[in-house]
Amino acid sequence: MALEKITSITGPAVYVPGNDIDTDRIIPARFMKCIVFDGLGEFLFYDVRKNADGTDRPHPLNEARFKRATILLSGANFGCGSSREHAPQAIQKYGFKAVIAENFAEIFLGNCTTLGLPCATASREDIAKIAAVVAQEPTTDVVIDVVKQEVRFAGQTVKAEVRASARDALIHGRWDPIGELIDGLPAVQTTAAKLPYLAA
Amino acid sequence: MRKSLFEKVWDAHAVRTLANGQTQLLVGTHLIHEVTSPQAFGMLRDLGLQVAMPHRTFATVDHIVPTDQFAEPYRDPLAQAMMEELRKNCASTGITFFDRASGKQGIVHIVGPEQGITQPGTTIACGDSHTSTHGAFGAIAFGVGTTQIRDVLATQTMALGKLKVRRIEVSGKLLPGVYAKDVILHIIRTLGVNGGTGFAYEYAGELFDRFTMEERMTVCNMSIEGGARAGYVNPDETTFAYLQGRPYSPKAAQWDAAVANWQSFASDPGCHYDDVVKIAAADIAPTVTWGINPGQAIAINESIPDAAKTNVVDEKASIEEALAYMKLTPGAPIKGTKIDVAFLGSCTNGRLSDFQEVARFLKGRKVAGGVKAIAVPGSQIVALQCIAQGIDKVFSEAGFEWREAGCSMCLAMNPDKLIGDQLCASSSNRNFKGRQGSPTGRTILMSPLMVAAAAVTGSIADAREVFAVN
Repeated sequence: MALEKITSITGPAVYVPGNDIDTDRIIPARFMKCIVFDGLGEFLFYDVRKNADGTDRPHPLNEARFKRATILLSGANFGCGSSREHAPQAIQKYGFKAVIAENFAEIFLGNCTTLGLPCATASREDIAKIAAVVAQEPTTDVVIDVVKQEVRFAGQTVKAEVRASARDALIHGRWDPIGELIDGLPAVQTTAAKLPYLAA
Repeated sequence: MRKSLFEKVWDAHAVRTLANGQTQLLVGTHLIHEVTSPQAFGMLRDLGLQVAMPHRTFATVDHIVPTDQFAEPYRDPLAQAMMEELRKNCASTGITFFDRASGKQGIVHIVGPEQGITQPGTTIACGDSHTSTHGAFGAIAFGVGTTQIRDVLATQTMALGKLKVRRIEVSGKLLPGVYAKDVILHIIRTLGVNGGTGFAYEYAGELFDRFTMEERMTVCNMSIEGGARAGYVNPDETTFAYLQGRPYSPKAAQWDAAVANWQSFASDPGCHYDDVVKIAAADIAPTVTWGINPGQAIAINESIPDAAKTNVVDEKASIEEALAYMKLTPGAPIKGTKIDVAFLGSCTNGRLSDFQEVARFLKGRKVAGGVKAIAVPGSQIVALQCIAQGIDKVFSEAGFEWREAGCSMCLAMNPDKLIGDQLCASSSNRNFKGRQGSPTGRTILMSPLMVAAAAVTGSIADAREVFAVN
């Protein structure tokens, strides 16, 4: 299965500040009443972006100057809580191509990687630097270099780590593992045969 | 070499190393429900793939089922559509579905153990983060996303990086009125909501040795709220006694061999742990949350934190954000905070012993005026057991609404939701903004008996005082 080799992401960024932004906040559960992922993008961060009557609340994603952002910046423990893939799906379908945060919750990071959505971790200070530049000049191109593990913006370069297994999968175009897993099926039978609860 | 249970189970299920360094891990048992699986079946169809081992996937319906309506069609057409989609997907692939008509339906993390599907030394995956619950049996159980559900359906494996293991040892005995829920809230408060990132938690020590399976499940359930993707307790006689005679447990002829096999997975004494944390059970008090994540918790007699009293920038900001949302006063006691709703149920605390324990104290008491109180058994079997013991009556007579089994108000994907900024005393697992269905709804997490205490007094209360627990 030929997948895109994701070596770098370039585009404008938007900073959504806060720590422990959970997947319920990224996509409230009521929007998960669906049997396909299509259309989830418009409900991204819905309850913090919209009032009960559907009008906008103050939120970076509601600002016209950040409408073209393809890189999402945030704080620590991003994506904690529910395992819902609806969260990264909503982020991706909204138009984001990568997320930079101080660190990520485990399940969320795995879900993002499988969708080809790189998650890069940077220090709080460095995220603040990127956010400051973006706030001043929202059209600034931010480059996440997955290979070199750095972020470049407005002449500056900061470190941005991508977990080794995710980095390898992204840059070699094997972030969706299904092909490899299928290739392993004969070995799966061998492993299963050794386990009494599966051999029965 | 001495190994932990995690390593033994991992090694026994490791198929091979993938090109990116992750492991192709055999998933012995796959549990699915209506919310996160339909897209996975869709992906499977798009790729022209079959379900590799349909007899190793089990389905039930829990998130969207109305707890006040049994007959279909449901009032919510989207819920009805999800129900039908799961039914269709199971029927066409040969997957066992514990549908509502089976009498065995319930929250997926209650059904697995109840049926004896959850067993020691196994790997379990489910598209739900509270899959860690099954670790109570000495299984390694992972919450996964929908694409991974596809992977498991197609290959009975998934790509995963190995976790480190932190042993959390709790010594001594709990004080009266302190429960498993308080233990896990205390652990999360102590280690942080992301303290467990990259780890599996091994819960051990005298306390866990004495705990029942249901108590162990309550603790393992909330591992993910501490950032740990998996949590487990080593299997022992309590585990085996629970499993004996259940529908999917090994039958008499295979029983002894199965037990011997299960025992072999327990962590070897003196094995390596990446980290060890020690906690004294006597230090744990009835615990309640005050904020918008499960780590923002205090003992019932403590005051609500005050941002002015900390110089840590992060802490200041998170306290301010949480209290603004919760509409609570910094420095005030949490006790006495008025509640609007009391919710007893969920995969954390919706088991027979949860209802039994509350019923013991609730008899003869009444839910306070103006409080909506609902009791939702975690499965149809739990409901039947409660009815057989007259527990449902105790709840109804006290003024609780006794409902059908489901996830209910834990996550509000069904008609059970908070309205406006209602404050809910809840036995569930998450107090995130908007979690219980209203974008401004407020949740305070606590043990079932503390929920009952809040229900009868109309405010956050110390169950030990309300019910004279000693």
